[in-house]
Amino acid sequence: MPDTSVNFVDFVDYFWRNRGLMGEYFLQHVQMVTLGVLLALLVGVPLGVLCMKSRWLSRIILSITGILQVLPSLAMLVLLMLWMGLGNTTVTVGLFLYSLNPIVRNTYVGLQQVSSSLIDAARGVGMNRWQQLWRVRVPLALPYMMTGLRVAAVIAIGVATIAPLVGGDGLGRELYAGINGQNSLRIYAGAIPAALLAIVADIGLGALQRRLDPAHRSARASSKRGSGGSSSGKAAADKAVPPVPKAQG
Amino acid sequence: MIQFQNVNKMYDDGFHALKNINLEFRKGEMTVLIGPSGCGKSTTMRMINRLVSPSSGSIKIDGSDILSIDPVELRRSIGYVIQSVGLFPHMTIARNVAIVPRLKRWTADKMSRRVDELLDMVGLKPELYRDRYPSELSGGQQQRVGVVRALAADPDIILMDEPFSALDPMSREQLQEDVARLQQELHKTIVFVTHDMDEALKIADRIVLMKDGEVVQSDTPDRILRRPANDFVRSFIGQKRLDQEQIIVASAQDREAGSDFGSVMQDTPSVDEVMITQPAVTYPSRGLAEAISTMERRKVDSLYVVDRQRKLLGSVSIYNVMDSYRDEDKTVADVMLPVRYSVVSGTPLTQAVELLAGHRLHNVAVVDESGRFIGLITRGSVVRHLAEQLPMMEYDQLDNPNDEPGQARKDITPGMEPDSSPSSSVPSLEPASSVRENDSDDRDSKSGREARS
Repeated sequence: MPDTSVNFVDFVDYFWRNRGLMGEYFLQHVQMVTLGVLLALLVGVPLGVLCMKSRWLSRIILSITGILQVLPSLAMLVLLMLWMGLGNTTVTVGLFLYSLNPIVRNTYVGLQQVSSSLIDAARGVGMNRWQQLWRVRVPLALPYMMTGLRVAAVIAIGVATIAPLVGGDGLGRELYAGINGQNSLRIYAGAIPAALLAIVADIGLGALQRRLDPAHRSARASSKRGSGGSSSGKAAADKAVPPVPKAQG
Repeated sequence: MIQFQNVNKMYDDGFHALKNINLEFRKGEMTVLIGPSGCGKSTTMRMINRLVSPSSGSIKIDGSDILSIDPVELRRSIGYVIQSVGLFPHMTIARNVAIVPRLKRWTADKMSRRVDELLDMVGLKPELYRDRYPSELSGGQQQRVGVVRALAADPDIILMDEPFSALDPMSREQLQEDVARLQQELHKTIVFVTHDMDEALKIADRIVLMKDGEVVQSDTPDRILRRPANDFVRSFIGQKRLDQEQIIVASAQDREAGSDFGSVMQDTPSVDEVMITQPAVTYPSRGLAEAISTMERRKVDSLYVVDRQRKLLGSVSIYNVMDSYRDEDKTVADVMLPVRYSVVSGTPLTQAVELLAGHRLHNVAVVDESGRFIGLITRGSVVRHLAEQLPMMEYDQLDNPNDEPGQARKDITPGMEPDSSPSSSVPSLEPASSVRENDSDDRDSKSGREARS
């Protein structure tokens, strides 16, 4: 095994000298993850809405996405590689399939948890099905959908590090180069940015999720109005229970 | 006008929810559907905007069958208020109120003007509440928004499904008054579902009593009180009355505990500090039996009559109501007497006391600058105020004259047992003259007819 006692100065020095390459790997990593997760959003949200149609449809959709996620990531990528060949496209498709489950499941849960009295009110004031969905269900499901997105992004960042095994790019290149060359400096240079990326994505998306929460919206609005409203706003914020992530990787 | 003809509702599991309902909801009237839970009252109401469809029979609005109207269009033309408020938490108050206008594609300008106007109607300052979210409002305020939302597109028909049952007694009472006031102004065709008989008696033009999917009695509140169709109706009126009783006592005690007239002695307090707020009122169009039921509920022997702006029109006492009670067509407006003495808000208490003593009045009404009725000075309230201002005075002396709410209530039992005290309930009525003499002699002991504070 390589010597694990790496000097911090050495690491910074190495990283700085190779900053061009590191930046390139980083961007490749971000690009694959973003593309994969975005695709999953584009497909997953409509699938989640489709789940509302009927019980058996939701069962079929959720079991398919469930199976996709249970597949070991390496197995999935290798299977895709057999079919699609080497390269970043294979990785992106893999990340897409991997992200589907948390997004579909959370969208479905979010749409379902909207209280029936609100749907009754929406129907009663004369919203058609489409308006009930877009004006009531979807806005109230947004925090749940964000949870799904957050889980998907963090998983995808992790899975993307094995991209080099199927001919992909990204921070995994540096990692595997380090493993092959028994160079712990390079392992750190690949692993640390990947870990930081996951943490930043988690925090950033978490903040976005809170902004989209209707309960928090009121708290913000009232704090802007000054002291008079802030107490009631705080009360509203205390009452608000952040949605519990419903699906984990 | 809404007409139900032989309407039935059968569920797939064989449950016969509605059995051959024939009803008429008259234009401009508030019809209250009432009955125990599961009696089909909500189902009946929800058929009007096609949230539930009948298994057989027909429902017509102004002569046209509702099945011929697109349900979405139909619902946009009918206001709808539900029990659990049903405001959308992700929309501001303004957006919530304007939901139907928005669906109908009004211009932004027209919508915002309408929103402000509606919020004003229920006493919510638009500039303060327009941009708030529902979670920042109290339950009562939220339901007020719920009510005006139903009015937003100016529908002819409004459906209200137990709108106030989840509120605390105070807000409920206030909202009932709001709705009664709005109805006096707007004359909508309102279908109101409740299980609370007091609420029904208070606001209804017509009451439909239901049980097990059938209509038991359908009549004006006055006539239902006078001639209950059967034992079920009688027990329903009585039982609900009893339930309400406890709530009112409880809320009065709450208010008692929370009231604070200030412990610092002032030279001449104004009437505002001493007056009873939320005095019992009635409206000129009310029937006499309704007036009596209000008196019973509020434990008073007279009511002030106000219009929808709460302007004082007159007063009725139990005596002049009883004198004309036999005549079923008479309303409060026919028997009320003009109010001769009232004081304006801010008047020193001494003036009000002089009025009380000089004219041997039981009470003096307090009005604000624009003539709206805001409170009542009674002998009891004056004594209570003195007692609180002078803690060192011996309470033994004050105890008797002070109209302790519990005491006054004791002599009026909801079962309406005859009672010797003059402020007691209807059947024990004595000749008016003797009562008055009696009362002026024994000073304050029973002048707490407004036994609330």
